[in-house]
Amino acid sequence: MPKREDLKSVLVIGSGPIVIGQAAEFDYSGTQALRVLKEEGLRVILVNSNPATIMTDPEFADATYVEPITPEVVEKIIAKERPDAVLPTLGGQTALNTAIALDKNGVLAKYNVELIGANIAAIELGEDREKFKGVVERCGAESARSHIIHTLDEAFAAAEDLGYPMVVRPSFTMGGLGSGLAYNPEDLERIVGQGLQYSPTTEVLLEESILGWKEYELEMMRDKNDNVVVVCSIENFDPVGVHTGDSITVAPAMTLTDREYQNLRDISIAVIREVGVDTGGCNIQFAIEPDTGRVVVIEMNPRVSRSSALASKATGFAIAKIATKLSLGYTLDEIPNDITQKTPASFEPALDYVVVKVPRFAFEKFPAADPTLTTTMKSVGEAMAIGRNFTEALQKALRSLEQKGASLDFSSVNALDVPDLIEAAKRPTTDRLAQVQRALLGGGTIEELYAATGIDPWYLDQLVLLNEVSATIRKSTALTPEMLKLAKRHGFSDAQIGALTNNSEAVVRGVRQALNIRPVYKTVDTCAAEFAAYTPYHYSSYDEEDEIALHEKPSVIILGSGPNRIGQGIEFDYSCVHASMALRKAGYETVMVNCNPETVSTDYDVSTRLYFEPLTLEDVLEIIAAEERTGGVMGVFVQLGGQTPLKLAQELADAGVPILGTSPEAIDLAEHRGMFSRVLDNAGLIAPKNGTAVSFNDAKKIADEIGYPVLVRPSYVLGGRGMEIVYDEANLSRYIKNATEITEAHPVLIDRFLEDAIEIDVDALFDGKDMYLGGIMEHIEEAGIHSGDSACVLPPITLGKDVQERVRKATRAIAEGVGVRGLINIQFALAADILYVLEANPRASRTVPFVSKATGVQMAKAAALIGTGVSIAHLRSVHHILPEVGDGGNLPDSAPVAVKEAVMPFARFRTVEGHVVDSLLGPEMRSTGEVMGIDKHFDTAFAKSQAGANNALPIEGKIFVSVANRDKRSIIMAVKRLSDLGYEIVSTGGTADVLRRNGIESTIVRKIGEGVSETGEGTIVDLINNGEIAMIFNTPSGGEARGDGYEIRAAAVSTGKPCITTVAEFNVAVQAMEALRTYEWDVTSLQEHAKVLAAGLAEQNA
Amino acid sequence: MPAQALLVLEDGRTFRGSSYGAQGTALGEAVFTTGMTGYQETLTDPSYARQLIVQTAPHIGNTGVNLADNESAKIWAAGYVVRDAARRPSNWRSEGTLDDELTTQGVVGIQGVDTRAITRHLRERGTMKAGIFSGESAARPAAELLAEVQAQPSMAGLRLAEEVSVKEAYVVEPADHGWDGEPIFDIVALDLGMKAMTPHRFAERGVRVHVVPATTSFDEARGLNPDGVFISNGPGDPATADRQVGFVRSFLDAGVPYFGICFGNQILGRALGFGTYKLRYGHRGMNQPVMDRSTGKVEITSQNHGFAVDAPLDGPTQAPEERFGRVEVSHISLNDQVVEGLSALDIPAFSVQYHPEAAAGPHDAAYLFDRFIKLMTDYKTAQSQENK
Repeated sequence: MPKREDLKSVLVIGSGPIVIGQAAEFDYSGTQALRVLKEEGLRVILVNSNPATIMTDPEFADATYVEPITPEVVEKIIAKERPDAVLPTLGGQTALNTAIALDKNGVLAKYNVELIGANIAAIELGEDREKFKGVVERCGAESARSHIIHTLDEAFAAAEDLGYPMVVRPSFTMGGLGSGLAYNPEDLERIVGQGLQYSPTTEVLLEESILGWKEYELEMMRDKNDNVVVVCSIENFDPVGVHTGDSITVAPAMTLTDREYQNLRDISIAVIREVGVDTGGCNIQFAIEPDTGRVVVIEMNPRVSRSSALASKATGFAIAKIATKLSLGYTLDEIPNDITQKTPASFEPALDYVVVKVPRFAFEKFPAADPTLTTTMKSVGEAMAIGRNFTEALQKALRSLEQKGASLDFSSVNALDVPDLIEAAKRPTTDRLAQVQRALLGGGTIEELYAATGIDPWYLDQLVLLNEVSATIRKSTALTPEMLKLAKRHGFSDAQIGALTNNSEAVVRGVRQALNIRPVYKTVDTCAAEFAAYTPYHYSSYDEEDEIALHEKPSVIILGSGPNRIGQGIEFDYSCVHASMALRKAGYETVMVNCNPETVSTDYDVSTRLYFEPLTLEDVLEIIAAEERTGGVMGVFVQLGGQTPLKLAQELADAGVPILGTSPEAIDLAEHRGMFSRVLDNAGLIAPKNGTAVSFNDAKKIADEIGYPVLVRPSYVLGGRGMEIVYDEANLSRYIKNATEITEAHPVLIDRFLEDAIEIDVDALFDGKDMYLGGIMEHIEEAGIHSGDSACVLPPITLGKDVQERVRKATRAIAEGVGVRGLINIQFALAADILYVLEANPRASRTVPFVSKATGVQMAKAAALIGTGVSIAHLRSVHHILPEVGDGGNLPDSAPVAVKEAVMPFARFRTVEGHVVDSLLGPEMRSTGEVMGIDKHFDTAFAKSQAGANNALPIEGKIFVSVANRDKRSIIMAVKRLSDLGYEIVSTGGTADVLRRNGIESTIVRKIGEGVSETGEGTIVDLINNGEIAMIFNTPSGGEARGDGYEIRAAAVSTGKPCITTVAEFNVAVQAMEALRTYEWDVTSLQEHAKVLAAGLAEQNA
Repeated sequence: MPAQALLVLEDGRTFRGSSYGAQGTALGEAVFTTGMTGYQETLTDPSYARQLIVQTAPHIGNTGVNLADNESAKIWAAGYVVRDAARRPSNWRSEGTLDDELTTQGVVGIQGVDTRAITRHLRERGTMKAGIFSGESAARPAAELLAEVQAQPSMAGLRLAEEVSVKEAYVVEPADHGWDGEPIFDIVALDLGMKAMTPHRFAERGVRVHVVPATTSFDEARGLNPDGVFISNGPGDPATADRQVGFVRSFLDAGVPYFGICFGNQILGRALGFGTYKLRYGHRGMNQPVMDRSTGKVEITSQNHGFAVDAPLDGPTQAPEERFGRVEVSHISLNDQVVEGLSALDIPAFSVQYHPEAAAGPHDAAYLFDRFIKLMTDYKTAQSQENK
């Protein structure tokens, strides 16, 4: 049955900012969906507040709304655009929840909009735990015994029946937010209490513990003719108890017989039918009791999910693309399999390789957080690897993480340590894999470790196998071909072999290559080679036959950014994808290298060829060699994927690989303190006083010289890792002591910290002759808050033309001095009208997509072409990638104002005692994602950014104000404004006194230390917890108040109320709140903004 | 250190690996199967007689072996080619290792070879004669090994059904397979290499199955007074199955409902007057999409066939054996449009080329057993009305 002809326009709801549990995979699926809809000739409307996505590129939709994804805003878009249908299944839980709300409040009916891809009844059956249990039962399968509760009392009653431990899961939250395991009544009270607040329906499920069971997931597709296929089975290495997003997972399932697998398949098909997912994808999770085989259905997602992205990358079956086609009325047999071309999508992929996904965590950013892995997802990214066996795939995946200590350590283990390792492995943490492998290496048995962890003995035996191979390597008297072949067959890197044989990595590589022991590249083809594959989606393996076809033109290789992490996320993938798109359009054959399954860059048709490989020097050099022998390499781009490829630049250049764009020497120049200060000197620019230290004595001398406070950090980092503002010598000493790895090659950088400075961020292009200033961003928070966590606005709202002109001149001078060919990002600080240069990064930055969206100019595409020798003049006049005149540094007055706001993950992280971690911002970046608010006016744009970040500013209610002494003066006008607007001001102690003396009425509430009064009046924390406070404004001060402040902020995070911790942000929030109360919001698409901007530019240049 | 082993293909391409299971020499036709689970069912499927199975799934043996999952009394595959053999099985139903089972049954295997390379070779050049040589055999001169591979008979023209069939008839009772009540029908199942799951699928639906040897005559079978007749899967070239073709024709002439699986489909095709041919590399796996043209629905099927029926795909057509009336291709492969099922329109007979009994594989096509029961029911009803 062909596609429906009655649908002419579709609104796609995106997933919003990157948060833990809902990340780049929804950009991947959404982008596929938009491409399909456009190809099918529909008018496509998109709403997504996340500017860092590919899907919000204006070319992917007819109308792109970078607006908050709330039912109110989406209703405005529907009223304006009048789409025939809404597609909500590709934007994660956010899109699905929004669609449910629009159905419930009658908006869909009012505007006669059809929901496609899922129906409300199916969504509710799949998502509502009680109803879903009924589904499972009707399908003849079992669920874990459970109780649905809505109050704490009900929870305690249920505990009588279920016993401890039990699983707590709030309904309708994503990524398992608020889930946990209750081992005792105290746990139960705490977790259920929070869960009831997280659940939009105040509903929590309590369930019998299936801890330690084997966990599986099946990815399914169903079309309107009731054809169902299972795309992929995924087995969790970690048994039940660790969220699947935090587990090591393996595809296909490794430890099921056909009978057991078919049983899961039969149940899955029965469930998808019973739930009624009629056009699209879903996944179903199972637990299997390892001793008896009893199967329990855990849950299903009636939509495209994080694991669908993984399954797509693991199999080559494009789930999101096909789900979109199904929603338009096609059936599976009518959709061709892109990879084989000849066969249809109505089949089940057969894998002849093993896929391993490993999570990447960021606990180092949250030192107070409990690193125990639970049913609440905490990982911020993942790496996937493909190998011809499990050991090869696992080791590739681990080295793809690019984290120190991620690869297995085969140095000898003292047998006496084994009991401790086994004991430690009982509690799942990020270290568990290493603990298990080390325990086995030290003589622990598979039986002991199985008993401790529940990890299937087959996997444990694979770790034993790796340990045995490591022993063979160590025993080998020389780098013999037999030993090297064995090691490579099980995924050992040259570096690992070197460590085991006391050789350098380079020596191992040299000998290995001399012996011609090289990887071959196989193809992900969906069919285990049964049919020829036409899509060059490759992975390496040390096997016999290579499959890379000869290519005609020399390839342009783009190194991606690896697993998402805080500080290096989807923004870098955006630049890589744009580069590939621009270069392909310009006629180049592009080759993408990346190991992140969530991304658009690892979609098999983004580049001419895709290598799903780790981004280590060894793996990259082998790919370059493979490309060389099959048709030649023009060069490699290292400036687009963030720090990951950048740090390979020099070694690649040393190996004779041509680097496109900015040279490794120039990159080094910008990173090297001494050399960079000469660039600044030559340009007449200044940096805050600074120095480089390799010891405490060094550091103390420098700090004494430049004066406290100082900003200290390790060199070569991204995302402010380890960065701190130090106010005195004692803290400097503590910092140096804790910074473990200070060496000549990795010194500590010490800068004078500029207090109360305005931070300015610039992205620019330089081709050696001309500069294109992409945009000048003014930070809302003062310098000292990491730029990635700070809100910023473009065009700047308080910087005068003269300042902007100084910024422009400085940017050009630095770009020229460093020798940039492509993108450069520079951070400035303006203090007492002096412009300081904080740092310059000659690469694509985190803000490139934001600048591109805000100004309608695609900077990464331009940078890619500059890398191949195209001039900025040509980009303006011939390629039309840059505007013919003007740039983002002198936008017309009519230009829209765009605000970028960071989205923080504090609610995910708990201390060992179970409290949320502190939400204070600082020089270390901790945000996972960002949103953009864009409007004609700054105040509304800021309000939109807050709503988009799930921190909507209140239009009424009580505002709690409590600030440090140094801030008391500067808040009076703003608080008075709020009071005048009709908000009720609530305060404590000193802040209340100051307000009263300034004639501002405020309700004084009890401080935490005062406790509950005799009349039962609670403290400020009680009020927040009861939901009585609409917004919290609390700036931290040293000493005792810090404790109070922490509890207040923690309560705000727990209840999801906006909590502002800087005066600067408070001031603009007040502006925005006034705008909220005064004006109705408009929604405007990027395409409409572009028209206004173009008209403004024409006028300006007339 | 495991012994050295070689896989030598008819065209001379040779892969080096190490021994798996028994050591020695195994000759047969090299075929690949893409199933990711069910190696035990595959090995014990009699249709794989005289074949060297190449598993595209890299890890084999992970769940060990158990008695319950055997599809027949022994491993029929002539040899086994895998990439990574399990060192230690793990499954709550496991009763032993596959390595030991192969050794005990004298099945020669090879591990550590690039199974994907072998698969691509067979895909491009077609299935071919091959040999696995391990231990001392592997040390023989290459030319000698290749000569031995080439000297074996080709699968085309090979008659194997009688070899693998049961020697004595036996009955599968519904009561032993969870059926509560009297049997609803009796059928004769001609065993040409039948898998154990097939009579089970009948029996659990209340059908008593009289399993008879491949050499059973029409009269002997007719003597059992069956409500329907069934022919199973099995190895070898269908062009050699004249005896069974005659058997089916007699039943069709007698108006007894017929259902065939795999070999049983090719025999129905031949009985109706169509030819059969050898596919370049066959269909072996459990992800094969087949469309049931009567419903337009797609089922994911388990398949294992190297030969196919040559019948016109479009619309009902007159059977070349005209007395059987019109026939249509009821099921086709969506991958390559090969005939996957036949349905006679004027007589009660149908068959499929794939495996609705699955084992290993998905259960999507289990409805065909119900379809056969309905055919027998309708036929019986019609008969009793005629008799009135």
